[in-house]
Formats: sequence, C-alpha cells, structure tokens
Amino acid sequence: MTQLSEAPPRTRAQISERTLRKDPWWRTPAVVAALLTIWVLYATVRVFTGHWYWVPAYHYLTPFYSPCVSGECVPGSSSLGQWIPALPPVIPYAFVSLPFVLGFRLSCYYYRGAYYKAFWRAPTACAVREPHASYSGETRLPLILHNLHRFFFYVVVLISILNTWDMVQAFRGKDGSFGIGLGSLIMLVNVVLLWGYTLSCHSCRHITGGRLKNFSSHPVRYWIWTKISRLNQRHMQLAWTTLGTLMLTDLYIMLVASGAFSDPRIFN
Amino acid sequence: MGYKAKFRVWRGDAGTGALQDYEVEVNEGEVVLDVLHRLQATQANDLALRWNCKAGKCGSCSMEINGRPRLGCMTRMSVFSPSETLTITPMRTFPVIRDLVTDVSFNYEKARQIPSFTPDASVKPGEFRMMQQDVNRSQEFRKCIECYLCQNTCHVIRDHAENEAAFAGPRFLMRVAELEMHPADTADRRDIAQEDFGLGYCNITKCCTEVCPEHIKITDNALIPMKERVAGRKYDPLVWLGSKISRRPKSEGTPVAVRPAAKDAT
Repeated sequence: MTQLSEAPPRTRAQISERTLRKDPWWRTPAVVAALLTIWVLYATVRVFTGHWYWVPAYHYLTPFYSPCVSGECVPGSSSLGQWIPALPPVIPYAFVSLPFVLGFRLSCYYYRGAYYKAFWRAPTACAVREPHASYSGETRLPLILHNLHRFFFYVVVLISILNTWDMVQAFRGKDGSFGIGLGSLIMLVNVVLLWGYTLSCHSCRHITGGRLKNFSSHPVRYWIWTKISRLNQRHMQLAWTTLGTLMLTDLYIMLVASGAFSDPRIFN
Repeated sequence: MGYKAKFRVWRGDAGTGALQDYEVEVNEGEVVLDVLHRLQATQANDLALRWNCKAGKCGSCSMEINGRPRLGCMTRMSVFSPSETLTITPMRTFPVIRDLVTDVSFNYEKARQIPSFTPDASVKPGEFRMMQQDVNRSQEFRKCIECYLCQNTCHVIRDHAENEAAFAGPRFLMRVAELEMHPADTADRRDIAQEDFGLGYCNITKCCTEVCPEHIKITDNALIPMKERVAGRKYDPLVWLGSKISRRPKSEGTPVAVRPAAKDAT
C-alpha cells in the first residue's frame, strides 16, 4: 500500500518586489510630506519672529499669537490681559495655546494616518511593503498618547472661541466703530473653517453621540451626531484647508502690520 | 472589439512559485476573472483559482491585480490600456495553497475568538424591539462579504506576520465594533478590543477602507469609533471620575475572548 507523503507546510507567496503597484503610489505621501514640512517651517519661523502680528488700526491679531499674554505683547493685542512679564525669545508669545493646537493636530485621526505614511512609511502607501523590522502601532509610548486626542479637542474648543472673539474685534475701523476690511473677511473665513475642522473631529463625533448604544432614546444627541457625522466626512479636506487659511491669515496680517501692504477697506 | 492582453500570473504552491507570462484574448465588457477563466480553459488547465458568484457578493475571487488587492469579478478590463501587462498574484498576507488560491483560515480562527451576541437574559425571544436608527451603524458592517481584502492589505499583519497572534485585523475589529454598537447587546467589549484583538496596532492609514468592495467606511465608522470607546474606558480620567460619582452607568462586564484550545504538540 502506497503511503501518502505529508503535504508541505503552507507559506505566503514569496514575491521579492516591495510592491507590484504600477500607479504613482508614492505621489500622495510625497506631496503630504512636502506640504506639512513647508507649513511647519513657516509656522515655526512666524511664532518666534516676535513682531508683525498685530495691526492696531484695525485690530487684526494673527492666530499664531493669540492669546498674547506676556509683558512684551504690544498694547491692544492682549485680549485676555498680560499675566506674566516678558519671556525669553525661545518661548513663543502664544505659549498658552500653541501646545494644545499642535497636540490637537498631531493626535488628529486624519493627520496621524497621513504622517505615518508620509514620514514614518508605515506604510508609505497601501500594499507597499514598509521598511521596518517590527511594528507595535499605537500600543506603546509615545504613540499610545494619541488616546488623549479628546482632551486636546476640549481645549481647542476654548481656543476657537478665542479666535472667534479676535475675529469679531477685527470688524472695527480706525475710529473703533464697525468696519470691514479685506483682513476682517479673511479672518472670518479662517474662523468659520477652523470651527468646521474642530467640530468635524472624530472625538467630537464620539462625544456628541457616537458613544451611545441607543440613538432612539436620545433624539437630540442623535440629531447632533448625524450633523457632526456629515461634517466628519469632510475632515480631511478641512484639515488641509485650515492649514492653508491659517497660513494665509497670518501672512496677510504680517504684510499689513509690516507696512508692505495696506488693507483695502470695504466699510469704514 | 477583442484584443490580446498580456498577463503575468503567479503560479506555484507552498509559497514557492514565479510569475508566468501569457497572452489571452479579451472581449468587450469582460472583467479580469473572465480573462483568467479563458486562460484556464485555453492555456493553463491546471491554474487554481477560487471563484463563485461572479457578482461581487461572495468574496471568493480576492487577488492582487497590478499589486492592488481587488476582486477579480469586479475589476473591469476596460480600466486598463490594451498595451498594459496585468500582474495577477495571490493575496500576499495568507499562505498559498496553489496559484491564486490562499488559505484564509486565519480569519476563521479570529472570527471564532469574538464573544458572540450577548442580549439581556431577562428579555424573552420575541420581545426585542429596535428602532432603525439604532441598528444603522451595525447594518453597515453587515454588508461585509468576507473577501478579506481588508485583512490582506492591512500592513500590521501583511508586513509583520509576527503580529498575527495579537491583531485580529480590520474585518474582526469591525465585528467587535458591530456588537459593541448593537442596541440589544449588553456586553462591554472595549477591553478585549484593545487587549485581545489588538486595536492599538491600527494606525488608521485607511487601507482597509480603500480596498473594501462594499465601500464600508471601516476606519471612520468602526475602527476610530472603537478607538474612541476604548479611550473612554481606559484613558479618560473624566469618564473614570464620572463612573465613581455614579453619573455614568456601570459597565455590564467584559466577556472573555474565546481562545482556541492549545494544539497538540505531537
């Protein structure tokens, strides 16, 4: 009687190519890496510049310097008052808000996926072999700290309220009464989009209603959840758009504050 | 009008094999699976290929077409240029049985480990009542056809086979989320999602969502909401404080992941 030989152990297909994708899979992560690098460099230079952040005539304050609470802030730019004396130049004027804004963006579910691909190559693109020997994801420090995203969200809601106040102040003319300039409108668009980005956050979606098991028992929260969910579908677009509007708003205020450009006034 | 398409198909078994070149006739309106069937009928009678419904509903013909995880029956030939060479390989994450057929039993093992639906024991059969808005989320996940393309493309196990024990993959984390969001399920699955099924390994690159032929928003609607629930359970001191002062309902308890019996070493 013939004895059957044992089947060989099954293994994965041994394919040496890192990927067999033929589409330009490297393009999106390359563009993301380039844009994020440009933005971070610009923002870093600007927050440490220490001037051209306030236009006293029209009450324009760049979001990169809000709130300005230290002794060196120019008069009028400190909407929350000046709590502390002048700081060394290595500390940005908006040290109160910047760590939370940065933490909110760094722990954002969209940005995480984007920068893991663009910078850490884990993976660079889908179905493209990553170069790392091992992988533990977000199970250990420091990446496990991403679970604190909702706390950054709570603080950023307060910062968005402050940005809204700054924007309202920007609708004033030289005499202090109501006025509209191009800068006011740019700040308005920026604030509206910042609210869109903040409220479309996945943590916001969870807090407002996502954590419920029974929507039918909580009709108001369910209604809010459906609206946030719809906004959440645009979270990636809002993440990029707000980076653009933040940079544009700051650049515009810098140009007006430095005298390189005069603000066109629509009313008063 | 027909043309001759160039195909490179991975042939082999037990992991060893190579890409072989073929030229196969293609007719208007055909999909990749049709062409592979013609290849099998005319040139490579021993080509192993798993398929069933030819309608994108059975999840059998999962493969990689030009390096991208796809269903053969849902990939039209018209999206490729007639001069293009199509490279067809088996799913890379699973062991090969032969040619394009892989052993997907990893997924069945993971499925068995998930504690099943746990209703309130005091509710009698026939007494369950659910509103549509309460089950919409779970019903999206029920669209899954178990093609395992999401499992195949997830780099956590695709590039790191050593994570297979710790990570259940997007399809089964979605199953955990489905039960966690079910209005009539009383179990608290947040601990096992993180500890036993490896939710923390997911770094939300959305590759699972990208390949899903049913267009289920796996990352946005299952994995991220599950991560948020886990954050509430394990990493949120405000929630912890709320539970201590009885502002939040007590957890109904965490079921235990069903671990397979240890295999006989002999």
